[in-house]
Amino acid sequence: MADGSGGNGADHDTDQQAENVGTRFDRLPATADERVVAGRPTRREVLDWWDERFGIDPAVFEPYSFWERGAGKIWAFHGELASPVEVEVEALGMTVLRTRQEHWKPTLEAAQRLGGHATRNCIELTDGQARAFFAGRDQELDWDGDWGYLLVTHELAGRAQPLGVGLYVYGELRSMVPKGRQRDIPK
Amino acid sequence: MSVLERYEPLVDDVDAFRAACERPLPSVVRVNTIKTTVERARAALDEAWLPGLLRLPDTQPGANWPYVQGWLHGQEEVSALPAEVLDPQPGERVWDACAAPGSKTTQLAALMDDTGLVVATDSNLGRISALRSNTERLGVTDVAVTVEDARNHSLKPFGGEPYDRTLVDAPCSCEGTIRKNPDALERWSLDHVEGIAGTQKGILKRAVEATREGGTVVYSTCTFAPEENEAVLDFVLGERPCRLVAFDVPLDSTPGITEWQGESFDESVTRAKRIYPHHNDTGGFFCAKLEVTG
Repeated sequence: MADGSGGNGADHDTDQQAENVGTRFDRLPATADERVVAGRPTRREVLDWWDERFGIDPAVFEPYSFWERGAGKIWAFHGELASPVEVEVEALGMTVLRTRQEHWKPTLEAAQRLGGHATRNCIELTDGQARAFFAGRDQELDWDGDWGYLLVTHELAGRAQPLGVGLYVYGELRSMVPKGRQRDIPK
Repeated sequence: MSVLERYEPLVDDVDAFRAACERPLPSVVRVNTIKTTVERARAALDEAWLPGLLRLPDTQPGANWPYVQGWLHGQEEVSALPAEVLDPQPGERVWDACAAPGSKTTQLAALMDDTGLVVATDSNLGRISALRSNTERLGVTDVAVTVEDARNHSLKPFGGEPYDRTLVDAPCSCEGTIRKNPDALERWSLDHVEGIAGTQKGILKRAVEATREGGTVVYSTCTFAPEENEAVLDFVLGERPCRLVAFDVPLDSTPGITEWQGESFDESVTRAKRIYPHHNDTGGFFCAKLEVTG
């Protein structure tokens, strides 16, 4: 991955790359050439990641702009705004991805809203397994595919419906359902 | 005199009004069409529950598949009215001036097919966290949440263009929620009514300014107090270029009133609607639709 140190650096007062301002919404640069803030993922990288990991066509994301607020927290907003956003904005669309770590991690919200477009690394759970998963429990499962983050689906109203994100390692599916979202769903 | 007694002169059937205010509110959910269809939500409910029987656990009403999937949002009929009356269209710019906890914000986004821009403003950080968890669970992507006093709302960060439509679901004395919150009247005082009416006037004034000529502003509250309803409309009609317009709702209602405790209001406030709990077995509500004329 290019470090972006060439790019538009010359347009800025300093040769140092700018730092991420954790409380502000900044749009992701389109490509590495436009990167100004160190370590910030580009739109291209985000689209490629969804495509490579889950087979989601980049066209699905065309209506969305991507923003970073908080270290590595990526938000998808339907439409465009001037960047950075010059007002105290608490949320811009929804969080879709956690970057700035070795393995990027999709959010439950992105899984539910956009996971229906995925064509790989999806694991369908039985109703009982889905209940354990949503209650936050890890479980031993067979899975022939890649280790790492998987989109978890279950059948609801006659169709496979994405429910959240699991981490598959060592024969075990670990629930990544955030604590505040976990529920014990009665049978 | 109890708080509700002051409104009995306005009500057609006082006994029915009193009885309805004492009954708990029926549970109602809105289907979130951003994530599913009404048909699939109904099918999922049939799977989860025996037909005709709602098995919502009292302690955890959110513990069922359609809810955790963000297909459903608990929202009663009167709360769903103002967004329907505002009638936002896909691609428009909409301001929700008093947005938390976000039932109406997320409904506006759904009515717009989650396209366009909904700026959702609230001044209370605590309530904003509820708004955020609702936009996330319901999968809304066209909402920008801002923390600010709506009376000082700035258009600048969002391109400076005025809004096509604005919703002012104003903070109020909340008497109409008595069936949901039995302690809603405990802290009621005339001072509070008069204080909050000042805030409501400021917010509605800013809403009319921030909306383009020909655009729509909807003003709603869950109080019966004319000080917070017709009097606020009467004030804004005199302060900013706007007029009240007639509209239909699928619930029984009575017109806004033009006289209250010696005060009289502009005749056009009769185009607003008062909804009493005994009319449709709902909460109490007030709703008005304004067109910006300059």
